[in-house]
Amino acid sequence: MPQPNPDRRLASGNEAVAQAALAAGVALGTGYPGTPSTEILEAFDALGGRAQWAPNEKVALEVGIGAAFAGARALVTMKHVGLNVAADPLFTAAYTGVTGGLVVVSADDPGMASSQNEQDNRRFAVAAGVPMLEPSDSQEAYDFTLLAITISERWRIPVLLRMTTRVCHSATLVQTKGQLAPAQPPTFVRDVPGRVMIPAYARPAHHRLRAKLAEIAAWNESEGPTQVVDGERAMGIITSGISFQHVREAAPHARVLKIGLSYPPPVEAMRRFAASVDRCLVVEEGDPYLYEAARTAGIAVEQKPEMYRFGELNVSRVRRIVAADVSPEPALPAGKPPELCPGCPHRNVFEALHDLHCIVAGDIGCYTLGVLPPFSAMDTCVCMGAAIGVGLGLRHTLPPEQARKVVSVIGDSTFVHSGITGLVEMVYNPPATGHVLLILDNGTTAMTGMQEHPGTGRRLNHEPTGRVVFEDLARTLGIKNVLTVDPIADSDAITRVLREALARDELSIIIARRPCLLAAGTIKLREKKSNAGQ
Amino acid sequence: MPGSDAVVNVVVAGLGGQGVLKASGILADTAFRAGLDVKKSEIHGMSQRGGSVSSDVRFGERVFSPMVPAGEADFLVVLAASQVEVAQPVLKPGGVLIHPGLVDETRLANKRSLNVALLGVLARQLDLADNLWHAAIKAALPEKLHAANLQAFAIGKNP
Ligand SMILES: Cc1ncc(C[n+]2csc(CCOP(=O)(O)OP(=O)(O)O)c2C)c(N)n1
Ligand code: SF4
Repeated sequence: MPQPNPDRRLASGNEAVAQAALAAGVALGTGYPGTPSTEILEAFDALGGRAQWAPNEKVALEVGIGAAFAGARALVTMKHVGLNVAADPLFTAAYTGVTGGLVVVSADDPGMASSQNEQDNRRFAVAAGVPMLEPSDSQEAYDFTLLAITISERWRIPVLLRMTTRVCHSATLVQTKGQLAPAQPPTFVRDVPGRVMIPAYARPAHHRLRAKLAEIAAWNESEGPTQVVDGERAMGIITSGISFQHVREAAPHARVLKIGLSYPPPVEAMRRFAASVDRCLVVEEGDPYLYEAARTAGIAVEQKPEMYRFGELNVSRVRRIVAADVSPEPALPAGKPPELCPGCPHRNVFEALHDLHCIVAGDIGCYTLGVLPPFSAMDTCVCMGAAIGVGLGLRHTLPPEQARKVVSVIGDSTFVHSGITGLVEMVYNPPATGHVLLILDNGTTAMTGMQEHPGTGRRLNHEPTGRVVFEDLARTLGIKNVLTVDPIADSDAITRVLREALARDELSIIIARRPCLLAAGTIKLREKKSNAGQ
Repeated sequence: MPGSDAVVNVVVAGLGGQGVLKASGILADTAFRAGLDVKKSEIHGMSQRGGSVSSDVRFGERVFSPMVPAGEADFLVVLAASQVEVAQPVLKPGGVLIHPGLVDETRLANKRSLNVALLGVLARQLDLADNLWHAAIKAALPEKLHAANLQAFAIGKNP
């Protein structure tokens, strides 16, 4: 039996990122929960790192940028759609650059195991102009996190670490070796033209960004994390990320070019590789990103058939891609779909919405399952926070008898994430028929595994902190009808209160407050602890 | 038992809350303790809401993809009888199905140890030493559950 090696362990990609962040002396980890990224910050906290949840991804990235301006190393984590929310600071942080290393993790979800879309965030690296690394297993998740910090500090630029569900959530062997030079102690160094993006300073900043990217591209060609696996010249495959693993298994005899830093792409390495093989195919999950990069550079490569743009890849699908097989794929039997837990407090609410024939502008969380029978009580679900805006848009334009049935339904974590600006809109542009906003406050972010948020009054590590009280917030904004009900203790109350609110041509907020059944025990314990500590 | 140089493919399937991920974690850790290359894959997300859950474990000299290709599992461990039909297509022709019927549940000190009992059944067919299994079970569970789960493993392994 081999000697046990304490530095070698089985770890998920998410754990590996956290371990690397700790080894790199990351001073602050922040983000917003979202499958498949959530465990990174939880693991960083468990390892003793300073980790905190932000109300949403935009704020998280802004906090990360501030830390990096101070010269500290920072890690910001989110799922792919989180980067849409954080896009505004990302694009301009590319111009300002950073002092301490700033790593932004985007955890993409090809196949939508738990997401509302399967956008390919490699496009964001190109659009924002930030370098992007794509690990293919936990070892690379570890190594590339360290490399991301190195690149970030060398070129003073934020770096995107683009993971995918199977890299985040697969456990593979990790050797936790390799350290970085210690971070500089944070201190404020004024750099007005570098960090204040008025047009006069932003114009040269854009030139600086492009110059940095040109240098990084040259570095990527000569020293980047690109790997060639030798094989027969008949078949060459260019790939990156998890697809590399599938390729090695599906086409063991192929020659393979594996790209680690996929933006800016190592175009000359791709050109040499393509010239070294008879047939050159790009195998990548999602959008034809590497394929387009190669074709733009005039490199003759083949792409996967369009049907493989959808869903995640696996060994069977890569075999089919290599064989150019476009016959219909065998359908696998569907498993049992998830449903609201028996005894879930959301259940009575959706029964009431169903019984009252409401038009429900819904949102994202466990409660999205209210769309399924027996409730069938959700009519829209677009992105986090959209319940309020979409509900208002419906109210503004539907005929009054229909408008009076519209209710916006949003979870507590989602409300804090991006519902508060919607509430401001509701006060500012109230529909003629008024509106009803229902906040489902189950005291946790249940969907992603029971994370704290600013409405729970506890930090990521469950220690007490300031709490946003929804009732107070709503009243402060000028909403007069603010009602709180317990949907379990009094199951008729929610129907009664909803009916009354719908009958008024005013703005109403109903807070259905009852802890998530699965989290209730833990929440009670934590409350006791924080009360005892005060 | 496949040749020792081949990758062993195991799929563990069941419903949310049954301990599917715990079982696949113990199996992966046991293989890791045996000095093998191991990859374990799973889909999180809405598993807490009682839906189908499955997890793939692959081990051998060198493992690439973390996912067992459909129709190539050597072993399928199913924790809920209702999930056999859904999970069956992952099994290769001649692959071994390990289902709850193979364990006398009335003998389990703790009903929730069915997942570990079925690992015991699986262990009969794998070349992984008992002491590695025991160490992995202990590492995965709090101390107060060790006795019940070691008993469950033994019931599965030596009925
Ligand atoms: C921009 C964005 N970030 C994160 C997510 C992942 N996500 C979906 S819903 C949700 C929060 C759900 O919590 P809550 O609103 O409290 O509802 P619950 O699940 O507790 O019912 C999260 C984190 C997402 N879909 N979009
Ligand atoms: S986890 Fe909580 S909020 Fe989600 S369905 Fe179950 S009881 Fe409801």
